[in-house]
Amino acid sequence: MSSTTPSAQSEEKAEGEDFEPKIIVFCCNWCSYAGADLAGVSRMQMPPHFRVIRVMCSARVDPEFVLRAIQKGADGVLVAGCHPADCHYIGGNYRTRRRIALLRILLQQFGYDPDRLRLEWISAGEGEKFQKTMVEFTKTIEEIGPSPMRGGD
Amino acid sequence: MPENTSTEKEKPRIGVFICHCGSNIGGFVDVKAVTEYASTLPDVAYAADNLYTCAEDGLNNIKDSIKEHNLDRVIVSSCTPRTHAPLFQRTCEAAGVNKYMFTFVNIREHCSWVHMKEKEKATQKAKDLVRMGVARARFLEPQEETKVDVTPTALVVGGGVSGMTAALSLANMGFPVHLVEKDEELGGFVKNLHGLMMTTKSANETIKPLIDKVNAHKNITQHLNSHVASVEGFIGNYDISIGGDGAEAKEVKVGTIIVATGAVPLVPEGLFGYKEHPNVITSTEFEELCNKKELPKLKSVAFIQCVGARGQKVSYCSRVCCNVAIKSAINIAENRDNMLGVTEEKAAETGEVVEEPAAEKKAEEEGSDRRRRRRGRGRGDEDEAGEEAAPSSGVEVTVFNRDVMSYGVEHELEFNKAREKRVKFVRYLPDNLPKVSVKDGKLEVGYFHETLKMERTMPVDLVILSTPLVAQPDAATLSQLLKVPLGQDGFFQEAHVKLRPVDFATDGVYVCGTCRGPADISEAVSQAAAAASRASIPLANGFVQAEALTSIVDETKCTGCGTCVETCPYSALRKNEEGITEVIVAACKGCGCCGATCPEGAITMTHYTDQQLLAEAKAALEEV
Repeated sequence: MSSTTPSAQSEEKAEGEDFEPKIIVFCCNWCSYAGADLAGVSRMQMPPHFRVIRVMCSARVDPEFVLRAIQKGADGVLVAGCHPADCHYIGGNYRTRRRIALLRILLQQFGYDPDRLRLEWISAGEGEKFQKTMVEFTKTIEEIGPSPMRGGD
Repeated sequence: MPENTSTEKEKPRIGVFICHCGSNIGGFVDVKAVTEYASTLPDVAYAADNLYTCAEDGLNNIKDSIKEHNLDRVIVSSCTPRTHAPLFQRTCEAAGVNKYMFTFVNIREHCSWVHMKEKEKATQKAKDLVRMGVARARFLEPQEETKVDVTPTALVVGGGVSGMTAALSLANMGFPVHLVEKDEELGGFVKNLHGLMMTTKSANETIKPLIDKVNAHKNITQHLNSHVASVEGFIGNYDISIGGDGAEAKEVKVGTIIVATGAVPLVPEGLFGYKEHPNVITSTEFEELCNKKELPKLKSVAFIQCVGARGQKVSYCSRVCCNVAIKSAINIAENRDNMLGVTEEKAAETGEVVEEPAAEKKAEEEGSDRRRRRRGRGRGDEDEAGEEAAPSSGVEVTVFNRDVMSYGVEHELEFNKAREKRVKFVRYLPDNLPKVSVKDGKLEVGYFHETLKMERTMPVDLVILSTPLVAQPDAATLSQLLKVPLGQDGFFQEAHVKLRPVDFATDGVYVCGTCRGPADISEAVSQAAAAASRASIPLANGFVQAEALTSIVDETKCTGCGTCVETCPYSALRKNEEGITEVIVAACKGCGCCGATCPEGAITMTHYTDQQLLAEAKAALEEV
């Protein structure tokens, strides 16, 4: 954490074992939140670093929410919605997909690793996918290291 | 971010109830510590833990505390809102707190159950989640669910079997129905057909009782030679203008709309010699020739299946054509109602046998052994019936197919019956289509025999092309008028392929019959009855409950760019006369897509405001 300049291509890993990532997960009410519930009901264990925020549709996730979360020190943001063609609101998830693709580019331009932002389709029946996603995403964030906003690089 | 909005008004008084859920939460999270922490959070007036918050004493605790501590918002921190939110919201309402002033914090599914081996971290996470809930709760606002009155009248577009069935169902329930048909008479696609599957009655005989009932019903107003010219409004309150040929447009008010505009057969331009040879016709034209008794003299007939379907001109399987071909093949083989126009006299001269039960019985005996063996063979394989056991009509019938889709109980029996009648089913592969040509003035079909692996030709008198049903050419116009979607194949697209097959995503509009995809009559009737039943719910209730979660447009911020209008999946946003967006509350579903789209921040999503969600995210990231 010698450099204060945000670098997208961080070579350095998190220092020490004590890096506890802060991960914000936006879940749509109909699929992904229910998928997270199912993971819980199935007692699927996962790292305790994520905090779920429920929204009605993944398309409710204003790009501002993601940028603000990063600004306030989130090390990673996951947006989870219904699978394509399965959106409770017809096609909200397609809007989400476009926004996240653009946001990733934007994050990179700001000097952040775009992998700090991830989009996943998780259905109400995919508790296992929710768990796997959380395990993998936490690992990714641990590898990228703390956000530049929290003193990482 | 304006954080002092809540303090400008009366200071919030939040009650936090944290549930042990027996040991489900209590066993893995230090609930007492979380409760203690909750009581230190801003605007929290009361915090308590319960063994089971959803049990009667837990619910009473909420009610009593609301009164005792003058709480104006309630947080329950326990399981998932997906199962328990309604229960706690009712409890709040019973104690005089608006149900939208309630917040759920999930510390079981999303915490205790998934971090069972890390009590300390799970407890910290539970504290974070409660803090997030409190941050959100501070910005909650009470919401009212408004009721919108419904005009108890329906509009059915399309006077075919589906439309008539739907109209009759609704009329029998006592609702006035406007039935719009573009043709000069009722009956739709079916009225042009000759024979139908699974019945010996003609098409017209079959649907006549339906037409008679519609004609006689006092609740049904027919608009023939007419079309829907314009649609204004939303569920419960549609203003429809019905245009007619040269006639003045009629204005009607309806509460719900059923789309039953049917489909048309694909015209196979440029395929299999269609229009090049007079005796290459579509299966629909075959029906018309049968009706007019104008079939050419037949000795050999070839059906070609999947013409233009399944990846050629359209991507889908049209569902009905295999069964239609089987039906027609059996009719030809049996010379049903003397459809081939062979007189007894002529038949005697030419040695043909016309509907001769005795001869058929003989053939039955001769062929039975062989048939038993043959039935075990795969469908679509060539069935070399042998010349000695020709169909009773003496006409050789061959069905060139990719594979026979005679699904279900009855159709499979019909398929077996066709084979018993010596109808040949010859398989072709899509990269090696049969070829229709004329040699020495005689029509013939050339094909590649998949078993023998060799080219063969067959002289035929008539080639019947089974073409798929395709969407009505004017489906797009109606879809735009009603603001309901078409799928990629141009058929109307239902709200959910499995769970809402006759609803549109737009409330108040329903769909049935072949305008949502190929279907046979029994399927269309089922769909029509279903659509009528769905459409009657708002009519019978007399009102619809509008969502309390809707978008609100700040007219002073809106620039009228129209991005939200385009983005809304429900057409719930429109521009008013001043070019500013307004929300049709009855149509809004509250997804929030527009709120995330508005570049001016002019749209607020009630109950999921930017302020609430950002507060939640910020609280999650606070360093404690």
